[in-house]
Amino acid sequence: MPRLLWEIARRSFRRASHYRLATAAGVFVNTVFGYLRAAVLVVVAARAGGEVRGLDEVDLATFAFVSQGFIMVVGVFGDRELAQRIRTGDVVIDLYRPADIQLWFLAIWLGRAGYQVLARGVPPVLLGSLAFELRWPDPWWHWGVFVVSTVLASIIGFGIRFCSNLVAFWLLDNRGVEQMVTMAVNFFTGLLLPIDLFPPWLEALTRALPFPSMLQFPVDVFLGRVSGWGLIWLLTQQLAWVVAMLALGRLILAAATRRVVVQGG
Amino acid sequence: MTGATATAVATAPVPGPAIRLDGIDKTYVVRTRAGRLRRHRREVRAVEGVSFVVSPGEMVGYLGPNGAGKSTTIKMITGILTPSAGEIEVLGLQPTGDRRALTRRIGVVFGQRSQLWWDLPLADSFELLHHLYRTDAARHRHNLDAFVDRLDLGQLLPVPVRQLSLGQRMRGELTAALLHDPDLVVLDEPTIGLDVVSKYAVREFLAETNRERGTTVLLTTHDLDDVEQLCRRMLIIDRGRVLLDGSVEGFKEEHGTDRTLVVDLERPAPALDLARGAVVRTDGPRQWVRFDREVSAAEVIAEVTALAPVRDLTIEEPDIEDLIHHVYASLGGEQRRDGRSGDDRRAGPAGEAG
Repeated sequence: MPRLLWEIARRSFRRASHYRLATAAGVFVNTVFGYLRAAVLVVVAARAGGEVRGLDEVDLATFAFVSQGFIMVVGVFGDRELAQRIRTGDVVIDLYRPADIQLWFLAIWLGRAGYQVLARGVPPVLLGSLAFELRWPDPWWHWGVFVVSTVLASIIGFGIRFCSNLVAFWLLDNRGVEQMVTMAVNFFTGLLLPIDLFPPWLEALTRALPFPSMLQFPVDVFLGRVSGWGLIWLLTQQLAWVVAMLALGRLILAAATRRVVVQGG
Repeated sequence: MTGATATAVATAPVPGPAIRLDGIDKTYVVRTRAGRLRRHRREVRAVEGVSFVVSPGEMVGYLGPNGAGKSTTIKMITGILTPSAGEIEVLGLQPTGDRRALTRRIGVVFGQRSQLWWDLPLADSFELLHHLYRTDAARHRHNLDAFVDRLDLGQLLPVPVRQLSLGQRMRGELTAALLHDPDLVVLDEPTIGLDVVSKYAVREFLAETNRERGTTVLLTTHDLDDVEQLCRRMLIIDRGRVLLDGSVEGFKEEHGTDRTLVVDLERPAPALDLARGAVVRTDGPRQWVRFDREVSAAEVIAEVTALAPVRDLTIEEPDIEDLIHHVYASLGGEQRRDGRSGDDRRAGPAGEAG
């Protein structure tokens, strides 16, 4: 199985790399938005006397660019491949494979995410560093923690979308669900605004959701806002969400398969 | 070659039947709107009391018009659908219970779907199947070489699947379905939409695979030609019931696969009196002449043109609907298709190709 998943991921990486023009356009858009958000957040910090809720101008600018780089890696705007296959009935082909459907699609997701890190993740940050002073992980081994945290974040992103895609088994058109998830992800991951800037009650609520683990947590690692046991706690929360989302996906998949197999959906 | 012995071992006949269906029913529940909130619940029987046995190494054609229950049967055989009643055994396994185990031993081809990776070269899909089925590397190599050679795929291997023509893609699909040496291969309309040359390639390949590897083949189609060319045995299904199960030769003898010459005369005339065919219907200047498949169409046309001035001619090959009508007619009036109730059976496997 691990070999199969590696082979799938490798090909998914390659498949994603075919769309060069789309990648270039995406980098451009991500960078432009990075500049906009960085400029707004820096002004906010300046107005507040150089710092808001423990985040200074450098933190906020870094936050803006790194989180832009995360958009594709964790799938903020989702992925409708599985839902499409359900709608067209091609999912039957997936059922005929002697492989686990969830792991199959996870391998595809991670292969693509690997490509997105290089193509859509790194460039906005580098381009941002041309005009803004950014903060880099320090000490050096925080880079390692950041990488682990990013992988976990991407798997949570997959877990959420796998569930929302499976809804297509019941509602043939699941676009509404996907849009709601996209809105929630945009808001609660910290992409729109670091969740530290939310009103305290909303921040507390948000921290109890899986979304910050998808984006804000790894960016916090990048910024060095967490250290020591805090890092362990952060990774533990992410890992817990990975397990929870994948388990939920499995439950829904089992129900969906039963529905198709028994009722002929 | 060492791979050859491995192949021989892998395709040793399984004891017992390859497929056994015993009194299979499949009922769908269809809900239709009846008013603002009320919903009307209706049961639709897609398949009704289907029983048949396929022995290992057999090649069976499963024929029926669209919506007859072909795909529903296939889905039950491959474990994608659970029958509402009856028993199924495939390669000694219960399809729905042992679906994962069964998927390793069967190959499936859908004319309308693809298991190849759209954006990647054909070779990548094959490589992935090697890892998916964990086939022995030497055997994979051996099979792939054999199929590539036979289906002339060599130049297509580096081409992304999305750039292949339908015929080329179907050759890729066949390879993909057979690379892991399945004991049974199920094909759902594999020749649909293919041109004559591609159809020929697909049929040749299936016949050879069946002959050389002893692979059991179940083929659904609504193309009578597929079955005539490939299978010794055929099953006809209509409205969820098996209408006929027998040899293709016997079927042709009993029901004939007569062709029809449609003649447009210059002016209306009484039915022509012909030696090589018979007028079965007239409509103004148009007459329908049925003649035996063995008789040359040219002879019939010569005879017709000698009797009356002709404006236009066309020849119609028999299609599955005609044959089904013929079978019903031969079964006797009380079982005639038109006289049967249950006209909603058609709606059964709605949305799926038959």
